[in-house]
Amino acid sequence: MAVGRPLLRTSYDEDASIFPSTFQKSMVGFALFWMLLACLGVSPFDAPFTALLGATWLNPMTKTLAFAIVALGLNILVGMTGQVSLGHAFFMGTGAYAAVVLGGDGDTAKACVPFHEQLGILDRTQDCGLGLPIWIWLPMAGVVASLIGILVAPAAVKVRGLYLAIVTVGLVFIGLHLGRMLPEYAGDFESGRRWPKLEFRFWKEETPLVDFTSNGKWFGFLEVTEEQKQFLLIFVILLFFIVLAKNLARSRTGRALQAIRDRDVAAEVMGVPEFQYKRTAFAISSFYAGIGGALFASYTGRVSPIDFGLLLSVDFIAILLIGGAGTIAGTLMGTAFVELLPDLVERFTGWLSGKTVSNGPIGWFANILLTDGTAGNFGPISTSATAPGWPMSTFQWNFVIFGLLIVIFLIFEPLGLYGIWLKFKSYWKGWPFSY
Amino acid sequence: MIAVSLLGSPILASAGATFIQTLTKSIALGCVYALVALGFVLVFKASQVLNFATGGIAMAGAIFMSILIADRGFPFLPFTNPLAPAVGETASVPLWMLHVAIAMMFAALLAVVLERVAIRPLVGQPLFALAVVTLGLEVAITPFNRDATAVSSRSLGVPWKTNSWEVAGAIIPKSYLAAAVAAAIGFAAILLFYRSRLGVAMRAVAFDQEAAMAQGINVGRVFSISWALGASVAALGAIMFGMAPFPPGGAVSQEVHTILAFRVLPVIILGGLDSVMGALYGGLIIASFEVFAGEYLSGYSNILGPGYSTIVPYVVMLIVLLVKPYGLFGTAEIRRV
Repeated sequence: MAVGRPLLRTSYDEDASIFPSTFQKSMVGFALFWMLLACLGVSPFDAPFTALLGATWLNPMTKTLAFAIVALGLNILVGMTGQVSLGHAFFMGTGAYAAVVLGGDGDTAKACVPFHEQLGILDRTQDCGLGLPIWIWLPMAGVVASLIGILVAPAAVKVRGLYLAIVTVGLVFIGLHLGRMLPEYAGDFESGRRWPKLEFRFWKEETPLVDFTSNGKWFGFLEVTEEQKQFLLIFVILLFFIVLAKNLARSRTGRALQAIRDRDVAAEVMGVPEFQYKRTAFAISSFYAGIGGALFASYTGRVSPIDFGLLLSVDFIAILLIGGAGTIAGTLMGTAFVELLPDLVERFTGWLSGKTVSNGPIGWFANILLTDGTAGNFGPISTSATAPGWPMSTFQWNFVIFGLLIVIFLIFEPLGLYGIWLKFKSYWKGWPFSY
Repeated sequence: MIAVSLLGSPILASAGATFIQTLTKSIALGCVYALVALGFVLVFKASQVLNFATGGIAMAGAIFMSILIADRGFPFLPFTNPLAPAVGETASVPLWMLHVAIAMMFAALLAVVLERVAIRPLVGQPLFALAVVTLGLEVAITPFNRDATAVSSRSLGVPWKTNSWEVAGAIIPKSYLAAAVAAAIGFAAILLFYRSRLGVAMRAVAFDQEAAMAQGINVGRVFSISWALGASVAALGAIMFGMAPFPPGGAVSQEVHTILAFRVLPVIILGGLDSVMGALYGGLIIASFEVFAGEYLSGYSNILGPGYSTIVPYVVMLIVLLVKPYGLFGTAEIRRV
């Protein structure tokens, strides 16, 4: 690296390195270190998380980590290859159901034959599950989703732009119907079924080798709770996928995908086979979605087909747009923002509802915004969840906020949170000059 | 509910009657789909926006109508509607149609405001960004449609209720005729409108925005008008769909919304995003596949799953798109480097 000019790159290796500067490397290291200590509950480190999300912050965070894996996958498809997909909920669901069929417990002999009712074998109320260990069902969740992605890929070559977006919307609805059609795999359409737990076994033995679903000691001295264990597991898996995505972006495949995004005809003229690479993009992206879906479902414990509806797909598109499509840091920021916002809003209104009796601007603000439903008490946000109708609950307002955020970000900051970060960075870098 | 009991009832003696009934039902449903699809197409033609919020806006129009005529009031306001029929009575047909017109105007107003606030600042952005903005609007409107108005299924005060005619053993509800008439009026009005001065301006904008601007056409105004027209025909479709014998049970409910917002997508894809007549053909084709599959494959419903007819449109769409990537009537995009 050239001395005195830190951004001057003198070799291709430097240009392709994951961290362009030592500072960035140390910042990422610092963030990882902070996350680790915060997760283990070391006192000053977890303070910001407990302040924002409450004492049980590991819960929403773990879910966010699983979602981040899916979002990274969608980023490969949308941000890197430029293929718009509103069907990621479908791929996520595919992974999750592959996981539950392979790893869940159930009646293997009778229920796992599709349409056994018609074949006269048995009733469909039994759940199908082979009870295999995690080292089979987790990778297979990705592989199955990936195979489905490969099946869908030819449509992406034929159909372009908005038409592709609508086709993938169709996929989500077809997936929902499959969930309703095959109760032996999906469980009850409303209440769903139980997912295999995050436990390592060699085969089907009684006591798991490592289990992530009970409190205990690690390495003989480290007291870890169930939540911390699951957080760390999914965190490590996420890190693996981040590195994978980073490496993909700077490989031959990644460059080909970006060429297709920028202009598919031009890419093909230059000898980048469009169909092959679109298929690759779909395969990788749905692999991520499958793994993320399986982890999410397994962590949640009980999921129903309705959870993989169109709103989930919109969630991921919003994550990419709010975070900044095409960048990994942006995707991670977007996931955290979109997935944690409902909890933040919930907590904020909870805090505000305690202030309605107080005087001063906060009290007034709380009184204008909140209502408990008694006569003469007006406000758009209802604090009592009992009455349906106009003063809507925070749960319902969250949808409004979410929708408006998509609109606001696209209008004012099309590059998303990553764009804000870039502006911030260039401001400090250029100071005292404006650029 | 009524539709289900009618189609499955033993009153239907002959296969011919079943066929007539299925055919009329598919035409009526096709007309409804076509109206909502026309809402998508009008907006897409003028402003190149795939308006995912069409369903939400149309639904808001239908709910507005329901509040006006069934609750005899205004949403969120403590007034009574002076035009509403007396308590316990149904509106006469002209009065009901007046309310339909008011509801369409409300939807148009909502669409114009949304377009001005959320879409106009983004003119020139990629099509996908615009589509996602409308998706955001859709998500933001939904709680108001679903939760704020509180009632899960709202009456539309239809004057002819569930009355029907009997033709050769087949039972044909009056709502079917109403839907067909509404579609005929809607499409005729739009086609006539395209011949007017403003309509020509709209087609010019659809063809080339910059060139239209250079000819002195106020493109912003054309956008507003196309959004208003699109929203009002979509609201008309939503109201027709809320009438008695259509699938979810003859009232504005959450299911109506899902259908309007997303089951119409196969229709516009089949017809092509930018073809007015394509919306009509697409609606009729998709609806007949859906209704005929629902009627004649019902013996296989334990294999196909409950409610299988609702995904027939998507399957048809997938197959058509793989053969004709720009729909049956859409303009193929010329790809250049």
